[in-house]
Amino acid sequence: MIPELGYGATVAALGLALWGMFAAATGGRTGRLDLLRSGERAAIGVWILITACIALMLYAFLTFDFSVRYVAFNTNRGTPFYYRVTALWGALEGSIILWSWMLSIYTLIVVVQYRRRQPELYPWVLSVMLGILAFFLLIMTVPAPPFERLQPIPPDGRGLNPLLEDSGMITHPVALYLGFTGFTVPYAFAMAALIVGRTGEEWITITRRWTIIAWYFLSLGLLIGGWWSYHVLGWGGYWAWDPVENSAFMPWLTATAFLHSVMIQERRRMLKLWNLSLIILTFGLTLFGTFLTRSGIIGSVHAFTQGSIGVFFLAFLALVLVGSFSLLASRMERLRGQGELDSVVSRESAFLLNNLLLVAATFTVFFGTVFPLLSEAVRGTKVSVGAPFFNLVNIPIFLGLLFLMGVGPLIAWRRASADNLRRNFLKPVLAGVVAAAAFRVLGVGNAIVLTAFGLVIFVAGTILLDYVRAVRARRRSGDDWGAATWGLLRRQNRRYGGFVVHLGILVIALGVAGSQAWSIETETTLTKGQSVELGGYRVRFDGLEASEESNHFKVTGAFTMTNDGRAPAMLHPARKFYPQEQTPIAAVDYRLGLMKDVYLVLGDFARDGSQATVKLKINWMVSWLWIGGLVLTLGGALAILPDRRRPA
Amino acid sequence: MTPLLVAAAALVLLAGGPARAASPPAVNEETVHEIASQLRCVVCQSLSVADSPSETASQMRGIIRERLAAGETPAQVRDYFVDKYGPWILLSPPRRGFDLLVWVAPFLVLGIGLVMVALVVRRWRRAPSRVSPPALDSAVRERIRREMEELDR
Amino acid sequence: MKTRWVRFSIPLAVVPVLLLLAYGFWTNPREIPSPLIGKPAAKFTLTSFAGDPVSLERYRGRVVMLNFWASWCRPACYEEAPVIERTWQAYRDKGVVVLGVDVQDQDEAARKIIEQFQHSFPNSPDPGGHVAVDYGVYGVPETFFIDRQGRVRFKQVGELTDAIARERLETLLAEKP
Repeated sequence: MIPELGYGATVAALGLALWGMFAAATGGRTGRLDLLRSGERAAIGVWILITACIALMLYAFLTFDFSVRYVAFNTNRGTPFYYRVTALWGALEGSIILWSWMLSIYTLIVVVQYRRRQPELYPWVLSVMLGILAFFLLIMTVPAPPFERLQPIPPDGRGLNPLLEDSGMITHPVALYLGFTGFTVPYAFAMAALIVGRTGEEWITITRRWTIIAWYFLSLGLLIGGWWSYHVLGWGGYWAWDPVENSAFMPWLTATAFLHSVMIQERRRMLKLWNLSLIILTFGLTLFGTFLTRSGIIGSVHAFTQGSIGVFFLAFLALVLVGSFSLLASRMERLRGQGELDSVVSRESAFLLNNLLLVAATFTVFFGTVFPLLSEAVRGTKVSVGAPFFNLVNIPIFLGLLFLMGVGPLIAWRRASADNLRRNFLKPVLAGVVAAAAFRVLGVGNAIVLTAFGLVIFVAGTILLDYVRAVRARRRSGDDWGAATWGLLRRQNRRYGGFVVHLGILVIALGVAGSQAWSIETETTLTKGQSVELGGYRVRFDGLEASEESNHFKVTGAFTMTNDGRAPAMLHPARKFYPQEQTPIAAVDYRLGLMKDVYLVLGDFARDGSQATVKLKINWMVSWLWIGGLVLTLGGALAILPDRRRPA
Repeated sequence: MTPLLVAAAALVLLAGGPARAASPPAVNEETVHEIASQLRCVVCQSLSVADSPSETASQMRGIIRERLAAGETPAQVRDYFVDKYGPWILLSPPRRGFDLLVWVAPFLVLGIGLVMVALVVRRWRRAPSRVSPPALDSAVRERIRREMEELDR
Repeated sequence: MKTRWVRFSIPLAVVPVLLLLAYGFWTNPREIPSPLIGKPAAKFTLTSFAGDPVSLERYRGRVVMLNFWASWCRPACYEEAPVIERTWQAYRDKGVVVLGVDVQDQDEAARKIIEQFQHSFPNSPDPGGHVAVDYGVYGVPETFFIDRQGRVRFKQVGELTDAIARERLETLLAEKP
């Protein structure tokens, strides 16, 4: 029953989406309001149908309905309850339902928000969004239907990929997809602006909040992905430059560039062509990301399955990129900027450099990711491009971006006088240099780490300087520090939201620098009672214990960790043996700390429990990444608050 | 017979002695880690042999250790793996030949980008300065003056 | 001021990238061509599960089918296990030797497989994975076909079928010693 109902709902939604796309576009072109309203109703209908699909699928999961192929392949009778819910998006077909659902919700929001406020752009925005929805519904209908029936109905399912049995599964895909789909709205507005000819700042102002929110969720998704990698995958790292990680990182890079360069267009009416290109590129990269994950053309830890889905995605990607850029090219005359500048040393230049570095990083990641394919196409040899390459090329770029992060917000528009430079940067630069020297004295030898630390202090210094000056100004009118700060945050929430976000990035940068520079590890085989020592920590092997869990067999090690006389802690890394998996899955155990994490992985062991091979890692400052993420959240929330400023 | 046995035993012990003294050179774990971090784990994706928690990687680390202990240089150990698995086993392509492209291209793009940014900035600097207000004819000027006076009253 | 042609350069520039991605459909990222084809097969000496020494050198002059497997390798190793035994029975008197190497496994589980499929050819565990790495093995099952001069000639990644085994062995047997 469910397979047929679900499939019917999918097809109906596809039909509605296609109709809505044409109706809204025709309504926009001819001014026929009745068609436009019909398109709106179609959008509502699509949302209802996709929600029904989700409800049906959830019901199937919760009632162990193995007549649905997707349910049978992704759960079994032993799968715990909450993972049966998250299994909805645990594999390819379900992830497309989630994506479509989010798109349909966003489309609804667009309908509600803009039908009265933006009568000229709105029909085209709606049409574009329904068109994109139609594509994803097409995927759900043809190459990757989630509601396929399984005959004969098996008594039990295959089970969820054990790596996905983790809290990260609940949040990581959701946050990531909220980010990816969020960029559809600015993209749709950009297309509408081009079609209608309103290529001024309007579409940017309208979509400013969308951009920030989407950017934030993408950042969150990436950070959660790092956290998941760190505490589940058993290698003690948070980023591997895996092709699928890269494909989520690239739109983040271009979105960050976009976030900044639109500020220039808003103030100075420059870079119109560039901004439109950036949002097209960002949206294209979100499609490229899902293409890479699902097409199987590049091997990755994430890659789902293949089939014809890759062809569909590539065709759509081609349509979007070639179509959007052609539209852009045909409207080029309207995009003349009114750019004027007095000096190379100015905020405009700083933002241009910021964009250049971000785009260069995007190119690096992209080229490195597809180079194995290029190498095979050109000369038939398979090569790998991995972390050493990406780190080597990207680190200087990121250091440059750190520097600009300090310069950009404070440097003057149009022309920064020597006085302006001195007032804003002298003290922070000194602070940065002194900090770097201090760290050198404290024993930090790595030049890159020193530079990173110095730059972080520099940027923090600029933020502090700006804040102190602004608060002092407010205090002159009678406020105390608290009220002055509060007033600043509310009145200039965009600027200070941005500062807080920058602070979050600084914390993350410190975490990355520290963890790369100072983390140590060792691997050894211990007999019962034997200990291994590393970095002041001692870990003693106490024994092994076997247990039968609901859907796997687990061997847990007992280890006692002591650290310079502090209370001992018990660590229990395990190896889980799932019947449907070929090799055991490692379940690491760790103790997180502000400065140091202790991380223990259980490797091979003797059947009788007399020996075990362990990998012990002392990871420095990894917690700073998660703390930075929290700060980022605060900054993002601050930035999207409604403006309290009186119009200039 | 016994003295002969004792002598034989002594000889064996003595022969064993120098062999024990010439123990394999102590292997620097950091070198193992460094070589392992340049090799790609064949069963995972995108992880190095140093990072990977898999059994295969563990065995490969053991092999690296043994080869270093046998006196091979890091380059020889790397070459051994390349001989067996092909250039794919290296986590980053060597900086030679076609592979040089991937190392050079990002910096090329950065360079071209810098040039373009410089050109754009130059164009903005040479943009015509604010147009001077259009010349007004006296009739219009008079009308403006009158209307301004009206407002001020 | 841009000519009509120049302004469409960006949409056009996207095309080669798309073509490259499309090329990706014809390749399999998990298939790594072996650099060992045509090269002398690495020598090894292992101790079989039965306790006998197994050395590749001993079989110079005969065609060798070297199969890497594991008990945890489902379903492929289980599906090819009867194929291997059949092939051994069919060709053992024709100058072919079948050798099995068990990787990253527990002896107990491995012996069960050997018993279950009644493998009668020499099967040995590979402690430390030396032989596996010597043959550039990156997954199981993998089967190597070594000619009479001791050179690796074919590599089969994934499960073996009767047809493939037959074809490879006939080709190598047909060559002059």
